[in-house]
Amino acid sequence: MSIELIQAVFGINFIENITQIKGFQVVWESLPYFLKGGIVTLEVTALSVAMGMVLGLFAGLFKLSKSKIIYAIATIYIDFFRGTPLFVQILLLYFGILPFIGIQDPFSSAVIACGLNSGAYIGEIVRAGIQAVDRGQMEAARSLGMSHQLAMVYVILPQAYKIVIPPLINEFIALLKDTSLVSIIAVSEMTYRGNLVYANTYQAAWVWGSIAILYFIITKTLSIFGDYVERRLATE
Amino acid sequence: MIQVKGLHKKFGSLEVLRGIDCSVAPREVVCIIGPSGSGKSTLLRCVNQLEKANEGQIFIDGVEVTSPKVDINKIRQKVGMVFQHFNLFPHKTTLENVTLAPSKIKGIKQHEARELGMELLTKVGLVDKADVYPANLSGGQKQRVAIARALAMQPKIMLFDEPTSALDPEMVGEVLAVMKDLALEGMTMMVVTHEMGFAREVGDRVIFMDEGIILEEGLPNNIFSNPQNIRTQSFLSKVL
Repeated sequence: MSIELIQAVFGINFIENITQIKGFQVVWESLPYFLKGGIVTLEVTALSVAMGMVLGLFAGLFKLSKSKIIYAIATIYIDFFRGTPLFVQILLLYFGILPFIGIQDPFSSAVIACGLNSGAYIGEIVRAGIQAVDRGQMEAARSLGMSHQLAMVYVILPQAYKIVIPPLINEFIALLKDTSLVSIIAVSEMTYRGNLVYANTYQAAWVWGSIAILYFIITKTLSIFGDYVERRLATE
Repeated sequence: MIQVKGLHKKFGSLEVLRGIDCSVAPREVVCIIGPSGSGKSTLLRCVNQLEKANEGQIFIDGVEVTSPKVDINKIRQKVGMVFQHFNLFPHKTTLENVTLAPSKIKGIKQHEARELGMELLTKVGLVDKADVYPANLSGGQKQRVAIARALAMQPKIMLFDEPTSALDPEMVGEVLAVMKDLALEGMTMMVVTHEMGFAREVGDRVIFMDEGIILEEGLPNNIFSNPQNIRTQSFLSKVL
């Protein structure tokens, strides 16, 4: 969109004034660059959440296991990733652990770090969701002769998923914001790009203000979607 | 068909069952009555191992179900159970509630499962509700579906844990009627109930329990007309 077009829409005087501000010009010119970073942010979030859901399902199920070893594995995993800062986990994994198993690229490291982290939170969500299903459901399924696994798959989990969806969407939103931390390992997502533009222009308020607005637009969209899903589930 | 020997069950320090010996013969309908907290439901739940006994043995069809080596899923397929609060699967239709276990456990084909399900729903008078979800059924209808669901595995024994206690009074009759039909067909039944009329009419034998032991058992007419134990007398004078 050209500046002339914007002037036509908003009125020439206001636009003439604002378009002469240096910070506005910086943001305007950087906007496509920021938006591409937004796509990277969404990619990191989506892949981490996918990984986190698989890990979280198992972590949640393991946390309910009668086997002490399986329970201990899940507990250590969840406690570690919930009990230490994501920022530190990103640095530890990227510099300290992943290079030794042959992973050096920042994007993959970012997804692994965020995925492991969200898996721990989702694990707790899954555990709580399963425990929120009435005990009588498991008893009824078992009384018919179904094994614990069959009852889990066909009776408990289909009911737990409805309970789990609203907190899961909250977790997505929280994770999306937290992916800004992977800028430290030079993943070219939105915050990283904001930082580059800021370093070249020193337009702190304009650059960081517009980055904040872009994050807000994404998270608000997600939470509107979340409210919609929640309403759908409630009426079902 | 069912033998219970020296059964003890504790919840923490509370001893709910304090040495139960009883048996149920094939095709027999045994009704267990007694004040609340007397251990009736716990006894029933021990029979299909929803509760693990601390001491004692239970045999079903000659197999010791209290043995740690037993394949409990196999045993439970022979023992249907109906719960006080129905415990229908809310995410499944009436028909799916009935067919879930046979299709997932026995792996029977979809059309066979449907046939079996429709047959059982006809039996409990709910064939027109096949595609309805439990939330849209009345209490009495829910319990009849629960009975059909329990019958879907073609059990040899049916356990009823206060099947009418959570129902509005006007719905009790329809559930008892289904149970009576089942008894007349020769199903072996263990029924924990507060419906003294049902126990008297349908029961072959009545067991009176209080504080974790069996105080008295016998033919319904004898128990109801001429109770021997003083606590049976006082219980019956309150409920009859």
